[in-house]
Amino acid sequence: MTVSKDALGFIVTNGGVLSLIQDAGRYGAFNLGLTNGGPTDSLAFYWANKLCGNTINSTAIEISLGGLELIAQVDCVIAITGAPMPLTINGQPKSCWRSFLVKAGDTISLGFTPIGVRCYLAVAGGFTIKPNFGSTATVCRESVGGINGDKLVKNDVLPCQTVSKTDDRLKPLMLAENDQPQYTNEVPLHTVLGYQQAHFSSIEKRLFFSSEYQISQHWDRMGYRLQGRAIRADVDGILSEGICYGAVQIPADGQPIVLLNDRQTIGGYPKIGAVISQDCAKLSQLRQGDKVRFEPISMSQADNMFHLNLRRFSQTKLINYS
Amino acid sequence: MSTLINDSIRLEIAGENSLMLYFSDKGQESSIITPSISSNVHQAEQLIRQNFSTEIIDLISSYASILVVFNLLEIDHHHLRNKLKRLLKQCSNASNKQGRLVELPAYYSLESGMDLQRIAKYAKLTVEQVINLHQAQEYRVYAIGFAPGFAYLGEVDKRIAMARLTTPRLKVPKGAIAIADRQTAVYPAQSPGGWNLIGLCPIDMFNAQAEPTMPVEVGDRVKFVEIDKQQYLELGGNLPNQVSSNDCK
Repeated sequence: MTVSKDALGFIVTNGGVLSLIQDAGRYGAFNLGLTNGGPTDSLAFYWANKLCGNTINSTAIEISLGGLELIAQVDCVIAITGAPMPLTINGQPKSCWRSFLVKAGDTISLGFTPIGVRCYLAVAGGFTIKPNFGSTATVCRESVGGINGDKLVKNDVLPCQTVSKTDDRLKPLMLAENDQPQYTNEVPLHTVLGYQQAHFSSIEKRLFFSSEYQISQHWDRMGYRLQGRAIRADVDGILSEGICYGAVQIPADGQPIVLLNDRQTIGGYPKIGAVISQDCAKLSQLRQGDKVRFEPISMSQADNMFHLNLRRFSQTKLINYS
Repeated sequence: MSTLINDSIRLEIAGENSLMLYFSDKGQESSIITPSISSNVHQAEQLIRQNFSTEIIDLISSYASILVVFNLLEIDHHHLRNKLKRLLKQCSNASNKQGRLVELPAYYSLESGMDLQRIAKYAKLTVEQVINLHQAQEYRVYAIGFAPGFAYLGEVDKRIAMARLTTPRLKVPKGAIAIADRQTAVYPAQSPGGWNLIGLCPIDMFNAQAEPTMPVEVGDRVKFVEIDKQQYLELGGNLPNQVSSNDCK
């Protein structure tokens, strides 16, 4: 990406563990082999944008674990949502899940979250980043999106709009505590049976749905490898085929892998089905040692849950806290 | 919930917003790689692209399948299933339409193809024979995935088919032409990989700045044409630092 010298916004003074520019994700480029990217916890991402008065696809930052530090060059409105990373502005503690004004020269710091993994920092108007293949979503493995296809590093500049004194968005908003998602160490994963489910006997399916799995040390934006009761398919591999978001593949060792935003587009392991999107978002807030269980649901139930969830999101009102 | 669309297309659920179309030879539940199945996949993909706009977000075609990702705000799976069923009934008699022919220059050498000698030895052929067999074949682009621009090409002559390395190399150079079983491919960028390396191609298989981004698409035909080192360099190819078999850790 090239930023003109006079583009102002935020300067990164510490990129933290893994901070990535993300919009809602890259769609329509699977035929080139490009994956989706996008926020792993889309609900928290949408809330961050909504608090800033943005469309939900606006470009924000996904911060994993913590450590990001920025200096504002302009006056602007920001909001931070997701895993509870301790937030300070010029050293003063601030609350997440609300929008507020930061002034040029302010230092925004995120500490490390005790629970959950990822939080989102949105800015009114979104960060002005040039899209790659229709999206600003960063996928480091593919070197696309964000700034030079990479995670944020010191001295990166993230341009954004300045708010004027009369801007509507100066009205500080918050999401009521009761409406804020809670982050835990255990989540149920509602799973639609599909793909190669016929390659799993009813006993294997029952074991799969009645066992508890732990997040292994291998978890990232590409996928979460789980540990627990091994599940056997009656085939080792299949002819390589497309992999959808949330697909649960079972390699020869029987340990499930749930594939997320940065998954490879094509693969050859048998898949028992796919976890629904709202639970993939929750899964992506877990880390090594946390626990999950799979619960079977029908496609129609999944459809209902999707629409109910969407309705809940659009009907929940933000509160003016000034 | 499995739906038969016709003798050779079956529809399955994949996930919350995706359905999977599986293609086979008439009546046969096999998953073999054939040009005729691939033609059906290609034809179906074209039909879907022409007949849907906002309801379908993305498609991934492979050897014998198409993953259809749909927009839950626009359509539900029942409705989409019915629409696909109606649309794809037309596919039952796919003509074996030939895709575009794309020629890819190939610099085969022991220097650029560290596994040539091993393949030759295993196949009881000379290195020249391996090279000639590789470029004699016209390949079909069966799938694109794994990495941006990575095209799965098939099928390599049986005599030079070679299993993947037991331990993949940590670094396969950009442009490496490689064989895995009866598939061949060009690595679009430097990456880890377990395929057997036989040469280098100077053409970018993926260039975000170029239009089109990739020289090939699924359904195209590819032929490798041998060039020498000089031509390889003139076409913009780079000689990677020697990749030795010691890199196979």
